[in-house]
Amino acid sequence: MTHKDTPAFTRRDLLNMIGQAAGGGAMYQAMTSLGFAAESNFSGPPKLAGAKKGSSVLILGAGLAGMVAALELRNAGYKVTILEYNQRAGGRCWSIRGGDTFTELGGEVQHCGFAKGEYFNAGPWRIPYHHHAVLHYCRQFGVALEPFVQVNYNAWVHSSTAYGGKPQRYRHVQADFQGHVAELLGKATRQGSLDSVLTQEDKEKLLEGLRRWGALDAEFRYREGIATSALRGYEIDPGGGLMTPAKPSKPLELSELLQSRLWRAIAAGQAYEFQSTMFQPVGGMDMIAKAFAKQVGNLIRYQARVTRIEQNERGVTVTFADEARGGALQQEKADWCLCTIPLSILSQIDIQVGAEMQAAINAVPYGSSIKVGLQFKRRFWEEDEHIYGGITYTDLPISRISYPSTRYGASGPAVVLGAYVFEGPNSFEFGAMAPEERVRRAVEHGNQIHPQYADEFDNGVSVAWYRVPGNHGCYGKWTDALRDQHYKALCQVDGRIALAGEHVSHIPAWQEGAILSSLDAIRRLHARATA
Amino acid sequence: MNARNIPYCLASAIVVLAAVAAQSAQAQSSTTATSVQPMFSVGPKFQQTTGESIYRSVCQGCHMPQGEGAKGAGAYPPLARNKNLEARGYAVYLVVNGQRGMPPFGEMMSDGQVAEVVNYVRTHFGNNFTDAVTATDVKQVRR
Repeated sequence: MTHKDTPAFTRRDLLNMIGQAAGGGAMYQAMTSLGFAAESNFSGPPKLAGAKKGSSVLILGAGLAGMVAALELRNAGYKVTILEYNQRAGGRCWSIRGGDTFTELGGEVQHCGFAKGEYFNAGPWRIPYHHHAVLHYCRQFGVALEPFVQVNYNAWVHSSTAYGGKPQRYRHVQADFQGHVAELLGKATRQGSLDSVLTQEDKEKLLEGLRRWGALDAEFRYREGIATSALRGYEIDPGGGLMTPAKPSKPLELSELLQSRLWRAIAAGQAYEFQSTMFQPVGGMDMIAKAFAKQVGNLIRYQARVTRIEQNERGVTVTFADEARGGALQQEKADWCLCTIPLSILSQIDIQVGAEMQAAINAVPYGSSIKVGLQFKRRFWEEDEHIYGGITYTDLPISRISYPSTRYGASGPAVVLGAYVFEGPNSFEFGAMAPEERVRRAVEHGNQIHPQYADEFDNGVSVAWYRVPGNHGCYGKWTDALRDQHYKALCQVDGRIALAGEHVSHIPAWQEGAILSSLDAIRRLHARATA
Repeated sequence: MNARNIPYCLASAIVVLAAVAAQSAQAQSSTTATSVQPMFSVGPKFQQTTGESIYRSVCQGCHMPQGEGAKGAGAYPPLARNKNLEARGYAVYLVVNGQRGMPPFGEMMSDGQVAEVVNYVRTHFGNNFTDAVTATDVKQVRR
């Protein structure tokens, strides 16, 4: 029997409740509002044809946005030049390896001491399966990909104020949260609390689903046993022959689990952006940058610090300081300009665009992010703890530890992402430290989760994005209000100038956003150039 | 006490204490030097309470330890001997609302914390603007 006229609890409420219990709903909703979870619109590279003979495009910035534009525009017949501030191509698509030297703003120099073949992705480090444009160019260039392990059920979730500070296995928190929620919902269903929204048939199907989903027993209870251990793992795993028989493990108690707040960590991998399968390039994210540079590297002029961008009805003139020659000012001219310089820097450059675009350039603050790469003498997380790739989450300042999704079981040193913190006080606090102190603090805090740190730590590097000289920040930090006010103006072709980069996209801080914004900008620039 | 020099063995205790310290910080006089300053804050708001420790934990990430600023493809303006700091409300406005690439800190700091760090910057690094900013001044700047 149903009570359709009772408005107190609707079917939608129920679905929301289930979604939130499952973890993904709230997270996804929050991320969508930030513009973080939009799907890529990529439907193949742009078909640009019929460039006017001899027409030219000057591209500012040799990150992925700049290089993909260079590739497609050159193929369309334009004469293309790229000005790049750094001495390397790739921008934020950047991996640091042994032998690399990096000087951050303020002058601190780091010499990376990683072993041969080891690396650390300072910027982007994972590619969702639906970032079609990034994957397209990887395929086109033959950039080898391998799975990036986002969710590892055997990694840790850790709170310094729960379970005596002892890290818990992800699979325990995940299975037990799910199981307890299933039991509660089953109880509510059987007691008739949901009769206003469920028919008798609905209830039967729901109970059947809950029993499977939560590993509930015949009385719809989530209890220690072989069935629950089949989800969360055993106290003693099943063996062979006359080995000790399998012993079930004991679920975490509901109230303590709820109070621990560890359930926060199990939602992340369910968001569209982080769902399996995720990828990483074999050998480092910058394999993508290197592949692009192989195509268009001959068009790049390095160590060019742009100081002024002018335009009139005939063309564009860009003034830049040639940092390789003491900062001597030079000029480059072209018919059109695609500017991919981050707004944190572009807002300080004299650029001749309309008032609305200038206001948009000035409006977007840049996000804070820090990463620390730590090399250890051996893969203790694999050897001692059976953690193969994936991410440990903690409420410590390091926020997370990510283990290499590659070369499992290899002997010798390996590099872990020992801290990755964005937004929030801790990212600023890490960023205000000297590089070696960031490493030291990452080791000290990580040691609370992996006591092996003390003996096995070898060397480390750190990148605080506010201190990266070519970026002055990690990514354009849009809010809904800022987007309403400025986003469209930022996307316009202003005379002969268009902007591109992750900051000109609805997928901020992702490479897909950079590439899509660039492809969209050059399509419109080309349309204007051939009009 | 420089937050950087806190021995690590004390750090977790300090973090716990910091939450308490931060809650009471707004009630304290702006000139009270809090003895314990966290190296890392817990939660979404900064928990350092003195001007110096806020500067060391936040501002120097871009404006550098001596307020000297930095230059890359763009620049972080020096705060040392900076005449723009003379107008009391200017730095308050920037800290609360941000400017261009600089993020707003209004949501992550209390009125008292903003006042503390602005007063610190306006009286250090070769600046000698002694007309102190108050928490009330900061409150009025918030949008």
